[in-house]
Amino acid sequence: MSNAATNMPAEHIGWSRDEMAQRAAQDIPNGAYVNLGIGIPERVARFVPEGREVIYHTENGLLGMGPTPEDGGEPELINAGKRRISAVPGAAYFHHADSFSMIRGGHLDICVLGAMQVAENGDLANWSTGAPDAIPAVGGAMDLVAGVKTICVITQHVTKKGQPKLLERCTFPLTGVGVVSRVYTDLAVIDVSTDGFRVVELAPGVDLGYVQERTDAKLLAANA
Amino acid sequence: MIDKQIASPAEAVKDIFDGATVMVGGFGEAGSPIELIHALIDQGTKNLTVVNNNTGSGHVGLAALIENRQVAKMICSFPRTANSLVFPELYQAGEIELELVPQGTLAERIRAGGAGIPAFYTPSSVGTPLAEGKEIRQFNGQDYVMEFGLTADFALIKCRQADRLGNLVYNKTARNFAPIMAMAGHRTIVQAREIVPVGTIDPESVVTPGIFVDGIVDVGDPQHESMLVAEGRTYP
Repeated sequence: MSNAATNMPAEHIGWSRDEMAQRAAQDIPNGAYVNLGIGIPERVARFVPEGREVIYHTENGLLGMGPTPEDGGEPELINAGKRRISAVPGAAYFHHADSFSMIRGGHLDICVLGAMQVAENGDLANWSTGAPDAIPAVGGAMDLVAGVKTICVITQHVTKKGQPKLLERCTFPLTGVGVVSRVYTDLAVIDVSTDGFRVVELAPGVDLGYVQERTDAKLLAANA
Repeated sequence: MIDKQIASPAEAVKDIFDGATVMVGGFGEAGSPIELIHALIDQGTKNLTVVNNNTGSGHVGLAALIENRQVAKMICSFPRTANSLVFPELYQAGEIELELVPQGTLAERIRAGGAGIPAFYTPSSVGTPLAEGKEIRQFNGQDYVMEFGLTADFALIKCRQADRLGNLVYNKTARNFAPIMAMAGHRTIVQAREIVPVGTIDPESVVTPGIFVDGIVDVGDPQHESMLVAEGRTYP
């Protein structure tokens, strides 16, 4: 963690948003049913390796979500982020109680979400800063983390102001307790293990010390 | 002969009374029964509790109903989205009440209400501020929070196709909350893009059976919220 590295603009260090999404996509197996959150997680669908068939769920009532069509789409075919999308051949529509039965009933394999904070015990905070004047809005996040088998997070390693987002304990109101399995950041791939954060992979040009400096919890090395 | 057709949106909403609880279908603009909401604005019914996933956008539809000070309380999961201008301002001014519910819990509360289930246990929100003050019970070593079923005096929904008996088919992701709200509304009013003769809809394809529906209004060419918002339209 040289000063030279610290002083460089952040976008020149570590993975880009697309590279983070691409890295996460490598871990999605053939045949998985997957829910992708709004923002960087949405990009994961673009990078699933050739030869794997993955079915995307959007909680507002569609299995088999495809990308935004070239003609711009239609107002009654949207995803959870209210963005216009398409339905792939073999898709199915259903109502909200069925959709959340898929989620809460443990039928979805993987959910990739954004985060405000992740704690070393797997706690996730991604819906509210707890500020008194904030308009609270939770959407489906609490149901997803309670029900989907594997919860992954994609997030920048620190906030825009440089504050760590990976912490010993979350300070914001929780979305779920002990729910996160793996975190993909611009600097590293990090597992939530029974011993805390374990670094699985570092972005090119980034060393463990550099990531540790930007993390408010102890990082374990991959093979430690 | 059973015929649930009603001549106009105005007539369809005329029994909605001050202080009523009204479920409004739609996720964002998809499935939002704008013409029925606008009829409710024309009618001026006040002090409503409205159940919807969001709080509308721009100054039309649900947002306009809120802006017209007809809504005392919103029960929803995500009250702020892009173009959601009205609710945040009234909420911060303390002029509208909010009951925030996780989306899946909201769906299940509506489903349960419509199915005659007064309460249920869910893992969603355990350990978060949204479970505070609620009963927690362990099943098989895991904590669950008790949530209550939700019913409403009225449900206002939108569909693609209906027959005079009230059998409904929806359009794509505009289905969302409508089938369960139809079950949970004591009086369910539907705006249909098309009303077809009985027997036209394949019984295997009926999504909402007519037993859950009380009134159907033909709105052949419904407005789309995003287009009205893009044009800067307001209602009334």
